[in-house]
Amino acid sequence: MSAPHIPVLRQGKVHKSLDVQTIEKLGTDEPAAEISFACADMIKYDIARMGEAREKLRKMKSEDLIEITKKAGEIFLNDDLPIGVDGAMQSPEDYVLSLAATSGLPHALIRMNMQRLGGIFGQIEDIFQGLTRGLDIAVLDKGYGEQGGAPVSFSPTTNQLAVILPSNSPAVNALWIPSIAMKIPVLLKPGREEPWTPWRIIQAFIKAGCPAEAFSLYPTQHDGSGAIIRRAGRVMLFGDDSTVKQYENDPRIEVHGTGYSKFVIGEDEIENWKDYVDSMVESVSANSGRSCICTSTFVVPKYGDEIAEAIAERVAQIKPLAQDDPDAKLSGFANPKFAEWINEAVEDGLKSDGCRDVTANYREGERFHERDGMNYLQPTIIRCDSFDEPLALREFLFPFASVVECPQDEVLEKTGYSLVMTAVTKDIEWINQLFDCPHIERLNIGNIPTNRISWNQPHEGNLFEFLYTRRSFAIADSA
Amino acid sequence: MTTDEAKAQLDERVREIINWHFSEETGTPFWLDWMKDAGWDPREEVKGIDDIVKFDHFEDAWLRDEKNERFVPNAYKNRPFNVFETGGTTGLPKQRVGWDDYKHDYEQFSDQLSDEYFPKGGNWIMVGPTGPRRLRLAVEHLANHRGGSCYHVDLDPRWVKRLIGRKELDQVERYQAHVMAQAVEIIKHRDISCIFTTPRLLASIGERISIASHGIRGCFCGGTSMTPEYVRFLQEEVLENKALFVPTYGNTLMGLAVSLPEELPENDYSVTYYAPQPRAVLRIVDADDTAKTMDYGEYGRVELTTLTKEFFMPRFLERDEAIRRHPHDKYPWDGVGDVRPFGALTKKVIEGVY
Repeated sequence: MSAPHIPVLRQGKVHKSLDVQTIEKLGTDEPAAEISFACADMIKYDIARMGEAREKLRKMKSEDLIEITKKAGEIFLNDDLPIGVDGAMQSPEDYVLSLAATSGLPHALIRMNMQRLGGIFGQIEDIFQGLTRGLDIAVLDKGYGEQGGAPVSFSPTTNQLAVILPSNSPAVNALWIPSIAMKIPVLLKPGREEPWTPWRIIQAFIKAGCPAEAFSLYPTQHDGSGAIIRRAGRVMLFGDDSTVKQYENDPRIEVHGTGYSKFVIGEDEIENWKDYVDSMVESVSANSGRSCICTSTFVVPKYGDEIAEAIAERVAQIKPLAQDDPDAKLSGFANPKFAEWINEAVEDGLKSDGCRDVTANYREGERFHERDGMNYLQPTIIRCDSFDEPLALREFLFPFASVVECPQDEVLEKTGYSLVMTAVTKDIEWINQLFDCPHIERLNIGNIPTNRISWNQPHEGNLFEFLYTRRSFAIADSA
Repeated sequence: MTTDEAKAQLDERVREIINWHFSEETGTPFWLDWMKDAGWDPREEVKGIDDIVKFDHFEDAWLRDEKNERFVPNAYKNRPFNVFETGGTTGLPKQRVGWDDYKHDYEQFSDQLSDEYFPKGGNWIMVGPTGPRRLRLAVEHLANHRGGSCYHVDLDPRWVKRLIGRKELDQVERYQAHVMAQAVEIIKHRDISCIFTTPRLLASIGERISIASHGIRGCFCGGTSMTPEYVRFLQEEVLENKALFVPTYGNTLMGLAVSLPEELPENDYSVTYYAPQPRAVLRIVDADDTAKTMDYGEYGRVELTTLTKEFFMPRFLERDEAIRRHPHDKYPWDGVGDVRPFGALTKKVIEGVY
């Protein structure tokens, strides 16, 4: 397939820009795609007109949008779909190859992420029920109704959900898919190396019968992203701690930041630690360690050295392989410099006497590895003497975690924020303390890998509550 | 006029202006002193534009550090002068003295404007930097010269740049909204057919009202760089293809380089500017060897030489880069295309949102 031209989509209308950039297949000079770039002022104009797109969805029945979403999932997984502006079609396999070529993700990981995304479409009813605590979806058609015997009415907070997408993980598109069934159009800014997934999801929705006006796609520069962030009614974006801090008081903006997810073992279960190694390995290495729900710190009351060695021995078997190797689980870096910077940060941390790279004894070669024109970072487990060590609470974009010993009664005080915490314990008193802790977003009790989440519960915010606000109301009998 | 005739005209102009500024009777104190230090007489050695490289680059610090009186030609010794400023986001701005140049420049520009889109007798509005800038008087003179009056709404770009530098983007938007509110009120309630503004302010006005539906037929625009995509957006969407978008490239030191708005669609909205020769000359030079002119079609740094009796400024390196373009039948000398901030691809440049 020749390199397609990915256009701007303005409420579903194709706009071929005069500002075109080419993205190459990683490690080559071969073009993978031409991308149309939108200018910031055009985006501002379009945001002002998003009411028209919202009106299209508002007029549709919610139950129809649910069915469209489910159908779109099947289409996303199985059908040939239009790609670019010249009438070319993209098979599911073409999608895998295109995304692999620009993102560095192994084919096996992309297929896994495809299935995850397909699952989101398919679970849309459960997701809606979970996020609304059982609301009859028809309330969104009528504007009001009853829930649990009480009158309820919801009004949208915005005419569009804008999402500034990253380049490193196709699964994050799961976050916006339910917005369509909630009757809120989406405005997507794709990552530079990853226009493929949002484009394919949009095409699947349109083929399934969703109005094209519900979808706007704006590849754009920094000023365009800035315009989206400042103008859109609701914005999801991804960033580091400084980005989170920057927008923490802006209710329009939901920042998906660093996860600092943790796997902790209680004093009552630590003697059984060998039973949990499989879960710990999955938690740190799933999705090539790229997700914010991957464990970055293991916290145990004792056996820190033994646990670190056990995890390290296993993750060191995850090696850079050819992208099309079915066993490939480690992703290369689309931006080769990132691998260098991250490796330097890890090496800086290791200068401290209290940090030791346990994986160094098990892996072949250095952490930083070049293969097929791409840079890789091999999995790394660091044994840290305490939480004061520089690598104890760090998160990187590859399978990386620290192992820290800490008395159980100090865990909550020492570990800070956790997007996901798995606590392997049966100690009811401690479990109650964990449930009471405001710094843990998702809490798994028992032997559950941190990367396994359910979409019918909030994930870094409740999408329904982000897009709708409850109002009080009354209707007179005579009305 | 052919390219050869244009070149001959320019060479003649170079000799005339060099003779003017380096002669004791009419010359400029700054250049007369410079000649003493330099140890060579430009009147002897600079016989045409090709010899201009015998001068080093004009340093913009001279326009900050020298007293303005040192740039007053002896021929104009007893005439009070205008002071026009450029830059000045921090510290003392660059200042240029002048008398009638801006009138000549804008009368020459007026001859290039379409009467259909910039009707004679029509009123103008200027939305953009006024204050100590030449543009303030120049646009009003243009309006008057064409038989109309000019309304003004001021925007202080120095403040905007400071806000951007401090990442106070909300403040930038609020300030812009304040400016826009004033502009929209005037456009709504006065008979205005022509506008001068900057690209981003034009787009911002267009967000609030239909510019064309309020009677504006022509938009003369200058300020920051514009990609072809942005130019198309302004012409087709902001002006709804009902008013004519006329991009220009200029500053206090040059005057106004014009474009060919009627040819923009066929050129995929890539804008080429032509300097107001022979009053000013633009050359695209190799940034690493500025004596060398780039080949046609190549990007290089923009070098400006200004050649008027009021102001001589050889080889000033602008903060922009552009593509060297071929002469045009209408303007038979080199053009500069797709202007962008110098080093735009390698560093972050604050151009302002104005």
